[in-house]
Amino acid sequence: MARKDLLDITSLDRQEIDRLLDQAAPFKELFTRSVKKVPALKGKSVLMLFYEPSTRTHSSFEVAAKRLSADVTNFDVTQSSITKGESVRETIETLQAMRTDFIIVRHKSSGLPGVIAKLTKAAVVNAGDGAHAHPTQALLDAFTIKEQYPDPTGRKVLIVGDVLHSRVARSTSTILKKLEVEVAYLGPGSLVPKVGPENIRRFTNYDEAMAWQPDFVYLLRVQMERQDVQYFPSLREYHRLYGVTEARLAEIRDRGIYIMHPGPVNRGVELCDAVMDYERSLINDQVENGIAVRMSVLYHLKPESGDS
Amino acid sequence: MPLTLNADDIAAGIARLAQEIREKSAGATLSFVGIRSRGDEVATRILTLLAENDDREMNFGILDISLYRDDFEHLHENPKLQGSDIPFQVDGAHVILVDDVIFTGRTTRAALDALSDYGRPAKVELAVLIDRGHREMPIQPDFTGIFINTHRLDHVLVSLEGTDGTDSIQVVEAPTP
Repeated sequence: MARKDLLDITSLDRQEIDRLLDQAAPFKELFTRSVKKVPALKGKSVLMLFYEPSTRTHSSFEVAAKRLSADVTNFDVTQSSITKGESVRETIETLQAMRTDFIIVRHKSSGLPGVIAKLTKAAVVNAGDGAHAHPTQALLDAFTIKEQYPDPTGRKVLIVGDVLHSRVARSTSTILKKLEVEVAYLGPGSLVPKVGPENIRRFTNYDEAMAWQPDFVYLLRVQMERQDVQYFPSLREYHRLYGVTEARLAEIRDRGIYIMHPGPVNRGVELCDAVMDYERSLINDQVENGIAVRMSVLYHLKPESGDS
Repeated sequence: MPLTLNADDIAAGIARLAQEIREKSAGATLSFVGIRSRGDEVATRILTLLAENDDREMNFGILDISLYRDDFEHLHENPKLQGSDIPFQVDGAHVILVDDVIFTGRTTRAALDALSDYGRPAKVELAVLIDRGHREMPIQPDFTGIFINTHRLDHVLVSLEGTDGTDSIQVVEAPTP
């Protein structure tokens, strides 16, 4: 089942998902050693091709690649010839000539990583494309949930916020459905899609959503830099309607519900400051698990470059 | 005629390892590190024998060397990881590295690399249940349970009770060209 690229969750079968997740645990164990690095990808090159700004996903992939001993090159698009009008195809031909083994791509256009994957022998990992997919986020979310419930079948995850524009919501819902986890959405009617994966409950009222008795509340980030803001009356209003306020945190604590967030958090919008100290907040676990899961992904993909 | 060794032969090999290790390392705190898979079982069985008439402190850990292999390029699919478990301080430890079979020496090479990423042992010795020859690296065991003569292309199939259900060793000869 050697796979060249990881473009989305939809194309992974259950066996591949289980394997990528199970094999992430041995990588996480490495983080407790004094030497956190292993030589598995020694001599391999990883190119970071980020057309959209990202600090967390970018550094997570970079740390993952370096802990596997790969050489990491940042193709800084803001300084590159892309601003001079070079097409993606020309860029890829240039990269192909550099014989890079892995390309990590983030782009605002849905499907672009798939186009790149067809043009190159390198293994391509989608690090987020438009509203389409963010497969490594989904894998790290699933891994984080499985750390709490090794068999997550039938557990309930409530995803809160701008589901419509969120590739995180899309990819994470897809993987959770494949793991037979129940998923529901909560958000303003205008931001929760009417169509989409089946058997997903849709709530617009916080209290109704809590009555569904979720095991996890997954807060999506309000994308200040994107168009989201115009969908809400105001950020304060968003916090009042859908945010984890101090009063709601007390209820969440009573019920033993875990809180997740893909980061970076907007304090006072998706959640109040007190959530950062909540004992069942998994937000920092997600960051650490992101590195382990991305190491597992890089370890399992097989580029076509090399002797073959 | 393929060579087959049975449970008694294996028990004798493990007893020989325990005896040699005991004689050579009197009094020292030993840390056994078994290489997955089956090296961990050989190490456990040596430890059980040693514990019968020796009450000194001994450590036990398991090493998965998959991430340290030098043949990734030649594999269709990367090896399945099971993870390592080294629950003691490697810095300054007297380590007995244990494997079921030594062949080319490449596994041992990888294990030494992996071990050094946990710390700097005071001493590392190598114990193997079976030495089948044909080294490709300058690595020799300090303790050997059983020597077997093989051709380079022969397969040595090891089955151990704890891992596989029965104790047996089979040498399957390579077909003559």
